[in-house]
Amino acid sequence: MSVKVMIPTPLRVYAGKRDSAEFSAATVGEALSGLTSQFAELRKHLYTEDGKLRAFVNVYLNDEDIRYLAKENTPTKDGDTISIIPSIAGGSAETPIDF
Amino acid sequence: MSEALELSIIAELAEKIREHGVETYPYECCGALLGKDHSFLTVDPNESVRRIPREVLSLFPLVNRRDDSPRNRFSVTADDVREAEKSAAAQGLEVIGWYHSHPDHPAQPSDYDRDHAWPWYSYIIVSVHTGVPQDMTSWRLKDDRTGFLAEKISPMKVSAAK
Repeated sequence: MSVKVMIPTPLRVYAGKRDSAEFSAATVGEALSGLTSQFAELRKHLYTEDGKLRAFVNVYLNDEDIRYLAKENTPTKDGDTISIIPSIAGGSAETPIDF
Repeated sequence: MSEALELSIIAELAEKIREHGVETYPYECCGALLGKDHSFLTVDPNESVRRIPREVLSLFPLVNRRDDSPRNRFSVTADDVREAEKSAAAQGLEVIGWYHSHPDHPAQPSDYDRDHAWPWYSYIIVSVHTGVPQDMTSWRLKDDRTGFLAEKISPMKVSAAK
């Protein structure tokens, strides 16, 4: 089963400037694992040190956020497209301020 | 990324970022930097390789989604990112980075900024003290995520923009 993974602009520098790659995968997790195996430098930007997807990494299976499906265990089928969409966050101090 | 990093920005757009920071003070403002990245572009065959700085040619101001702590946090959702990318594509540009303000804090990236940063993007920070804009800096995340590299900001006049 071939699944296409769309690579977001900030990560293309670690993927030979490619905007997508195809992998044989039965789940979203397997496809992402294929991506980070082929392009190892991507891994630390997608996953925390304990192997969890970073909070600002959003993964969609054909436009459905996998958080509302079965997360990385979401099954894939031939021809599916997985998109990695950044969300952006930051701020001046280490702790939030209530107001 | 060992070479010196440089970000050109139309002077008027740099001013708009400062104005956005003043407008939302004491809360953080945020938005997308739309432009062109010319990495490794050779412009003159008689020169070896002349690096052209990354250029900010348009802005896509956004609403700070972090309404629980907007004084020292900003958040841009995945939907906002997609909208920014659509706007960039319609102008023949791409999203090359993001800007935000640090109300009553220096224009230096925090550990929180680093923990949440993506590589490659330029991150402009404008400091706004007691409602008055101060320093503006730009940063890129190091490949190993241990910190940021400073990126020189070069203002350009509109006539110089391509």
